[in-house]
Amino acid sequence: MTELGNKNLIRKILSKIPLILLFASVLNNYDFNYLGLKYFSFNFSYILIFYYSLKKSESLGYTYIFVAGLFNDVVVGTPIGLSSLMYLILCVAASYLRNITLRPSLIKDCIFFLITILIINSLLFVALNFIFNYELNYFDQIINITYTFLLYFLFSNLFDFFENYLAGSNNAR
Amino acid sequence: METSRDDFVIAIRSAFLKKGTQQRFSLLSLIFFSIIFLILGSINFKAINYVKMTIKEIVYRSSFIVSVPENFLKDSYLVIQNHKNIYEENKKDKSELENLRSKDLLNEFIISENQRLKSIIDDYLIKSDTIVSKVLSDKGSPFFKSIIVNKGSKHGVKLGMVAMDEEYLVGKIVEVNYLSARVLLLSDLNSKIPVTVEPNGLLSILSGTGENYGVIQYSKQYEDIQSQSIIYTSGTSGLFKAGIPIGRINSNLLSKERKVEFFSDFSQLKFVKIFSFVKNEAE
Repeated sequence: MTELGNKNLIRKILSKIPLILLFASVLNNYDFNYLGLKYFSFNFSYILIFYYSLKKSESLGYTYIFVAGLFNDVVVGTPIGLSSLMYLILCVAASYLRNITLRPSLIKDCIFFLITILIINSLLFVALNFIFNYELNYFDQIINITYTFLLYFLFSNLFDFFENYLAGSNNAR
Repeated sequence: METSRDDFVIAIRSAFLKKGTQQRFSLLSLIFFSIIFLILGSINFKAINYVKMTIKEIVYRSSFIVSVPENFLKDSYLVIQNHKNIYEENKKDKSELENLRSKDLLNEFIISENQRLKSIIDDYLIKSDTIVSKVLSDKGSPFFKSIIVNKGSKHGVKLGMVAMDEEYLVGKIVEVNYLSARVLLLSDLNSKIPVTVEPNGLLSILSGTGENYGVIQYSKQYEDIQSQSIIYTSGTSGLFKAGIPIGRINSNLLSKERKVEFFSDFSQLKFVKIFSFVKNEAE
């Protein structure tokens, strides 16, 4: 009985890991700056939100994503609500893809993810540059998009592994 | 065509409006909230400012805790990087040390060989006991450049002994009294010292001029003496050991006269070391 209770507790904790990762990533900005790589940056939150909205939408609640966006705005210093909007647009795209997909494949997901982050970053660039008068480096944005897209393959496989073997869920497909 | 448009509309509507399990708000309502936040934030609405302040308080406090794992990773990375650097430096230092040790061995061999060869040709001199003396007077006549020191025959000072300022030659003892002695400086007109001009290794005579510089004399190879060449004692007279630094050539190449600027400033002498070089009897 106790063993069963422990297993349930572990499963509960494991099911909260995506949420913990989301908040940790927005509070901490996993950018690996200390590696001193000039042309390297990626947006871990985008990968996480897109993957879980697509594959396991109940893991990350939309409200939590909204709050995480507010936190991200405070950390980064962008106008409050902007990151939330971008995250939610990402959720809409993922949800749409989930609705229209009959046979899921990683390549299709990646292409759709690339189109989505291109649109999101364009919206972000337009909003920050033209509405809120923030200066953004266009080249840095491109690098960020490229690495975020490339790393989606890696993280998608990692999350699959986590969901299938560690969290013990079979719904992540 | 009609059907595919319907599918698109249904999929979009579902994406925006359908609430999943454990979802309190639909995406559309949350997007609406975000836009309201943005608009109110841009017009500095008070309530939004309070929300912003509250979030900031929460975020700044919790980001410290959340950043612990990344800081640990960062610190570990830096530690590994430092270790790697130390390892590389150590490897480099070791090879340099080996190189220096081999050079040191070679130097030791050269020194001992030099001593042995000098003893064979009877030219190996050792220093007598050093007498440190204070300069009592340096007010010589305009024609006679000398200093008076406070040590004489009582302290073992003898005629012909060498006077040095640190490692530089200053002159030699020309007059000995019981408690004092006179040192003839290299700049005196009467001073003539056999010297070597390096790097050429030319043998010549350094003469005093009565001024604060000396000149190279009796050399046929003036054109070989470059500016900034170093002047050392040659040791040919037997009075001085070979290789004591004296000064540096400082003159233009067009002039025939080779001026020597002394390393020691004779007008600033406070103490001098007096000693003589004697042949090593033990050898």
